[in-house]
Amino acid sequence: MNKVRVLVGTRKGAFILTSDGKRDNWDVSGPHFAGWEIYHVKGSPVDPNRIYVSQTSGWFGQLIQRSDDGGKTWQQPGTPAGQPATPGPPKSESNKFVYDASAETGRPLTTHQWYDGTQHPWEFKRVWHLEPSLNDPNTVYAGVEDAAIFRSTDGGENWKELSGLRGHGTGPKWQPGAGGMCLHTIILDPSNPQRMYIAISAAGAFRTDDGGKNWKPINRGLHSQYIPEPTAEVGHCVHHIAMNPRRPGVLFMQKHWDVMRSDDAGDNWKEVSGNLPTDFGFVIDVHAHEPETVYVIPIKSDGEHYPPEGKLRVYRSKTSGNEWEALTKGLPQKDCYVNVLRDAMAVDSMDKCGVYFGTTGGQVYASADAGDSWNPIVRDLPAVLSVEVQTLG
Amino acid sequence: MIRVILPPHLRTLAQVGGDVELEVSGQVTQRSVLDALEARYPMLRGTIRDHVTQQRRPFLRFFACEEDLSHESPDAPLPDSVASGKEPLIILGAIAGG
Repeated sequence: MNKVRVLVGTRKGAFILTSDGKRDNWDVSGPHFAGWEIYHVKGSPVDPNRIYVSQTSGWFGQLIQRSDDGGKTWQQPGTPAGQPATPGPPKSESNKFVYDASAETGRPLTTHQWYDGTQHPWEFKRVWHLEPSLNDPNTVYAGVEDAAIFRSTDGGENWKELSGLRGHGTGPKWQPGAGGMCLHTIILDPSNPQRMYIAISAAGAFRTDDGGKNWKPINRGLHSQYIPEPTAEVGHCVHHIAMNPRRPGVLFMQKHWDVMRSDDAGDNWKEVSGNLPTDFGFVIDVHAHEPETVYVIPIKSDGEHYPPEGKLRVYRSKTSGNEWEALTKGLPQKDCYVNVLRDAMAVDSMDKCGVYFGTTGGQVYASADAGDSWNPIVRDLPAVLSVEVQTLG
Repeated sequence: MIRVILPPHLRTLAQVGGDVELEVSGQVTQRSVLDALEARYPMLRGTIRDHVTQQRRPFLRFFACEEDLSHESPDAPLPDSVASGKEPLIILGAIAGG
């Protein structure tokens, strides 16, 4: 029987929640890396027991952790698992993220726009998102703050920037959103290994069609009233993008405000907020088997990061947007003032698609019936930063 | 033998229970002690000082003999009592955040 493994990153550690295919009863493992901020935990689609973790701290900086046994044991890539490292020169630099400033591989791009409009040097802060390759468990991409994308081809032991993204020319116009200038979304196209999408707050969405060498902004159709030029090529605060692997040319975006859809791989976007009570929010995801079924969780506003009316509602559209229905069964419908952050929703690929999300109040909710009803798996974790799901055979 | 006291999270990371004891060749300075520490515990690289700039992370401080040495030159000799192993070099996380 299939199993489901939910990988949860929180402000104070990682948690692994497992259940059988019924998704009624859950085992909770954790905290792993207790006390550290875990921005993201994600497993390899090729080898589900290979799990990558972004472990970070304001005191001690960035670490990368890896498990090769489904989360039972962990190692910093390049150090032996379960025992102190052998004395001597380090065998890897798994937490070394150095921006490429060489003239050979990219432009010596050194500044971006700061909050006050002045130029500011790029400074590495943390890894927001880890995206394992679709066909090689040793290849993994990292989206970082300040915004850039790195790739490791040796299981996370060493990282190299794909500098064509920062070097393509618009970098000096990127600026930090309220959460920092983070590259938070990485989507790999299963039908085209050379195509990849990323999103940055606050710069927008970008696409490469040559495996990461060259990038272009794909923000036509976005309208952001909070920037000097609302339809600018870059500068938009994109919160998250989702894609169903079965329909890779169709993208859904939760922007700072506005829910958007592109039917042409991001070349053009149109708003599909429709009847949502508010089109501000962070998460967005697509049903595993129905590419036209989309989920968002509306948040009241950029100044009030909690659900409108104190009611935690997932909204589902079965028509690729515009027409939305509120899903409330099992979710608190009064006095609820949590937030759901951008990487904190995921879907499994069981026959009846499961949907999961985590809140800043520490709840992880699961629906085993595509959103019709919900139950909390856990209620009292630290604030949830990210949720990913693995469907295991 | 030089003694170093790590903050709890780094003790967990390095899988050590108490003080760390290190052999340091040559002059005993912040830099030589951290070099020896990172050579013995490579998983600590980047957590105390930046990988590239080698600068101390801003929320960490270095203390010894009841003195704050954080702003001393990394190449300045540490106190004799640290060099002799009588007193430890304390790496301390700032009390900040939640």
